Amino acid sequence: MKKIIGSIIKDNPILMMGLGLCPSLAVSTTVNNALGMSAATFMVLLGSNIVISALRKQIPDDIHIPAYIVIIATFVTLVDMLMQAYLPQLSKSLGIFIPLIVVNCIILGRAESFASKNSVSRSIMDALVMGLGFAIGLTAIALVREVLGAGRITLGGSGSTIKIPGLSSAPALVFVFPPGALIVLGFLQALFRRLGEDRPEKNSEVKK
Amino acid sequence: MTYIGIIFTYVFVSNLVLTQFLGLCPFIGVSNKTENAVGMGFAVMFVMSTASLITWAFQHFVLIPLNVVFLQTVTFILVIASIVQLVEMVVRKTSPPLYKALGIYLPLITTNCGVLGIALISVNEDYNAVESFLAGLSAGLGFLVALLFMSAIRERLELERVPKYLRGTPIAFISGGLMALAFMAFDKALLANIIGA
Repeated sequence: MKKIIGSIIKDNPILMMGLGLCPSLAVSTTVNNALGMSAATFMVLLGSNIVISALRKQIPDDIHIPAYIVIIATFVTLVDMLMQAYLPQLSKSLGIFIPLIVVNCIILGRAESFASKNSVSRSIMDALVMGLGFAIGLTAIALVREVLGAGRITLGGSGSTIKIPGLSSAPALVFVFPPGALIVLGFLQALFRRLGEDRPEKNSEVKK
Repeated sequence: MTYIGIIFTYVFVSNLVLTQFLGLCPFIGVSNKTENAVGMGFAVMFVMSTASLITWAFQHFVLIPLNVVFLQTVTFILVIASIVQLVEMVVRKTSPPLYKALGIYLPLITTNCGVLGIALISVNEDYNAVESFLAGLSAGLGFLVALLFMSAIRERLELERVPKYLRGTPIAFISGGLMALAFMAFDKALLANIIGA
């Protein structure tokens, strides 16, 4: 368990490895969108990891990238259609960024570096850890942006909001706009580096 | 929208990298040196303009007549991947020096979300063929401009004393954010003033 938590911080796809940035920043204006995006990405990641690891012996080496892309694109289309049918509101607010999950480097990256070499069960585990890391990174960015930029937190589909006294009357609007996202990401990345680095140092001190 | 309007929109007002977050990975990845930035920028510009044109053709002559618009994502990404592959082969055959300069960036372009992004945007906005091509071209130009500025900033940052944890990508993101802040000056109102629409 500790190992999983450690790898969520240390190998966090967004904050430590810089993968999957494009869609994540654009949808991180509210926590709600961030969770929706994480769920969609997770479904695609899980599906493509399972299929690719199951077919890893059948897919010829020369064309493995196009084959992966087709598999990923199929799952993205699936998720896109499911979202349009059951969560039209969310699907509308994520817009063009759902089809863009295809080119999210996390998914192709995991397919290439993990699912193509490991068994199905291990690939499912990998998808869970990566998906969770992606969700945490994305939600962290969204939380900072929504709290500072709008002075509120929106919870779930019910639309209930928590207003933060002081901030909700005079929010720092810049955080809702694109520049704010980049700045928040920069500082969060530095923070996560700090967190990831402290861990082994502390452990070695205890051992001594 | 007029053609000038489209160019101005995608180079400045809706700059893909700085306002839409499309193509951030190469933006951070290859912006540490100016020469790399120029190479990548031109390669992306070329792929974006041809890809928007060809995906437009696919959308209107294949997907809509056959009533299979739901295959859009799959088709577009395959078209883009083949264009990139084709460009790579053509450049390698015809101009070895150019290939040497661009070669390593070409495969990366397939996963540049900006290329798929601008193709999808053009389709969503219902552009005609010329407009799609122009949108792709100017989006690529916008990418080049942003990448060039960013690399200039990063080359100077290397000489500065940056706090330990902020070194590398974090400081690049923060300076990118500040640059995006400057680009916010180009908004729809300014656009309307300039082209008089």
